[in-house]
Amino acid sequence: MFLELNNLLNTTPERAEQGKLTLLCDAKTDGSFLVHHFLSFYLKANCKVCFVALIQSFSHYNIVGQKLGVNLTMARERGQLVFLEGLKSAVDVFFQAQEKPHPLQFLREANAGNLKPLFEFVREALKPVDSGEAGWTYPVLLVDDLSVLLSLGLGAVAVLDFIHYCRATVCWELKGNVVVLVHDSGDVEDEENDILLNGLSHQSHLILRAEGLATGFCRDVHGQLRILWRRPLQSTSQRDQSLTYQYKIQDRSVSFFAKGMSPAVL
Amino acid sequence: MAAVATCGGDAGSAGSAVATASKSNVTSFQRRGPRVSGTNDSGPRLVSITGTRPSVRNGQLLVSTGLPALDQLLGGGLAVGTVLLIEEDKYNIYSSLLFKYFLAEGIVNGHTLLVASANEDPANILQELPAPLLDDNCKKEFDEDVYNHKTPESNIKMKIAWRYQLLPKMEIGPVSSSRFGHYYDASKRIPQELIEASKWHGFFLPEKISSTLKVEPCSLTHGYIKLLQFIQNIICEEGFDGSNPQKKQKNILRIGIQNLGSPLWGDDICCTENGDSSHSLTKFLYVLRGLLRTSLSACIITMPTHLIQNKAFIAHVTNLSDVVVGLESFIGSERETNPLYKDYHGLIHIRQIPRLNNLFCDESDVKDLGFKLKRKLFTIEVDSISL
Repeated sequence: MFLELNNLLNTTPERAEQGKLTLLCDAKTDGSFLVHHFLSFYLKANCKVCFVALIQSFSHYNIVGQKLGVNLTMARERGQLVFLEGLKSAVDVFFQAQEKPHPLQFLREANAGNLKPLFEFVREALKPVDSGEAGWTYPVLLVDDLSVLLSLGLGAVAVLDFIHYCRATVCWELKGNVVVLVHDSGDVEDEENDILLNGLSHQSHLILRAEGLATGFCRDVHGQLRILWRRPLQSTSQRDQSLTYQYKIQDRSVSFFAKGMSPAVL
Repeated sequence: MAAVATCGGDAGSAGSAVATASKSNVTSFQRRGPRVSGTNDSGPRLVSITGTRPSVRNGQLLVSTGLPALDQLLGGGLAVGTVLLIEEDKYNIYSSLLFKYFLAEGIVNGHTLLVASANEDPANILQELPAPLLDDNCKKEFDEDVYNHKTPESNIKMKIAWRYQLLPKMEIGPVSSSRFGHYYDASKRIPQELIEASKWHGFFLPEKISSTLKVEPCSLTHGYIKLLQFIQNIICEEGFDGSNPQKKQKNILRIGIQNLGSPLWGDDICCTENGDSSHSLTKFLYVLRGLLRTSLSACIITMPTHLIQNKAFIAHVTNLSDVVVGLESFIGSERETNPLYKDYHGLIHIRQIPRLNNLFCDESDVKDLGFKLKRKLFTIEVDSISL
């Protein structure tokens, strides 16, 4: 986890809020550093994490996690982390017919499927264990990333349904958190992606948006991060609070600074 | 893809040793346990594979793309287990050249090849590969030229002319390739002996699809399903996924897929905007990447993206690939006769470089790159026009 980002979000692993949906989105840049941040944050907060990793392999997250101070292999072994490796599972489900529904069953279906098997997997992974072992604080669902599901043929409505079910189970019933990443296609007209992004934006409590700089690539400032705190489902006359910072990604951390205050410029 | 023990090692990183080949262990991007300090690991544990080298940044195993200039732009080479997607230029001239460089590099390094095409017999593709330049003097000279972006073009030409006299006859015989990345002569064909000495598998779609196979309706087109099964067969049978632990010498499988997405594959993504098989290609890429991540292989795909009208689809394909390079040739465009662009044959766009095992990637500072194909050299240079 990035300590500077914790400061900006005004949160620590010990006293993080529960029952929240956090939306990460990136436009014209790669927002995966935010995924690594939240993964290590919640593992350090002693939460039970279900990570649906659709875009990269386990060892990628493991190696970056080690730089950030968490050991994913150990977390998986002691049951704190349930990891669904999308790429490996896709090979399994594609080449062999499965007896019971596989979380990625929609890859075999000809028509646009639904994500019910995936939701069953998540629910199974995060349900509280009654045997009274090491008590994890609260469950967390992390998805990287939802745009892959759209590319693989699912409709935006199916994905929104999936998130709705997950929110009902994880956020409301189990008092946990949900963090998802969606790519923003920007000026490319992608209707399904826009529906998904808008739908999730209205439901989330916290939106972190990583954008590439409008002027193009820069070696010292990798992008801009917009943080938006929201209070969905509550009619309030207060405006949502929003902050913007620029950031530079380093080997083991990310440094944030106000716009125009990059150390390279000062 | 396996990570190789880095000699220097980052400060603070746990050391690693090369994987022993066992089915559950050879997965991608994985470091093995701590390296035994001091002693040089003997025997099969520290086998290094020809034609590969560890990345300086994070110890990932890299292979050369066949074009040292492109290797440098990608941060040293193409990582094993990843996909290099080439967005074809309009007449498929330079992209097929890059495709052939990749395969030729595989032959020179002794890697196994898998060539898939829907319009050309793989045996013919292999016959047309460029001949490697194995003269050491020549290579050293080109090394300096290519890595120095500021060398004016006239100097390079003079050096080539001078070197002609010193070039001996080309070696034909056992290819000793201890270098990483070779140069190829685009005007000569690869010697027949090299092709015969190499191991390759061909997938020619019209041959494979003639047999009717009972397959449950799936939204992938039939050609893609057959290709995936073919690739998976080769990977399993020849042990690229570590399933055959008796194999002493590990090797890399280089997969080349030509013109993926063209109508000849049965896909209509290039013909209509929202066709029936609109997600066939993305599912194919997803499963292919899953296969690559769990085996010692690297893949090059050329795709006629200029024919795809649905721009959102191209964004999906880009997100599902690792390295994406776009070629834009000047042939037939107004830039061909533009005196500003007379030095170049086209532009090369590095659209995406993956961030593997790392928070960030090695992006080069310069985004405007032009390429020029000379007889013995495919150079990529900073586009001096835009500076």
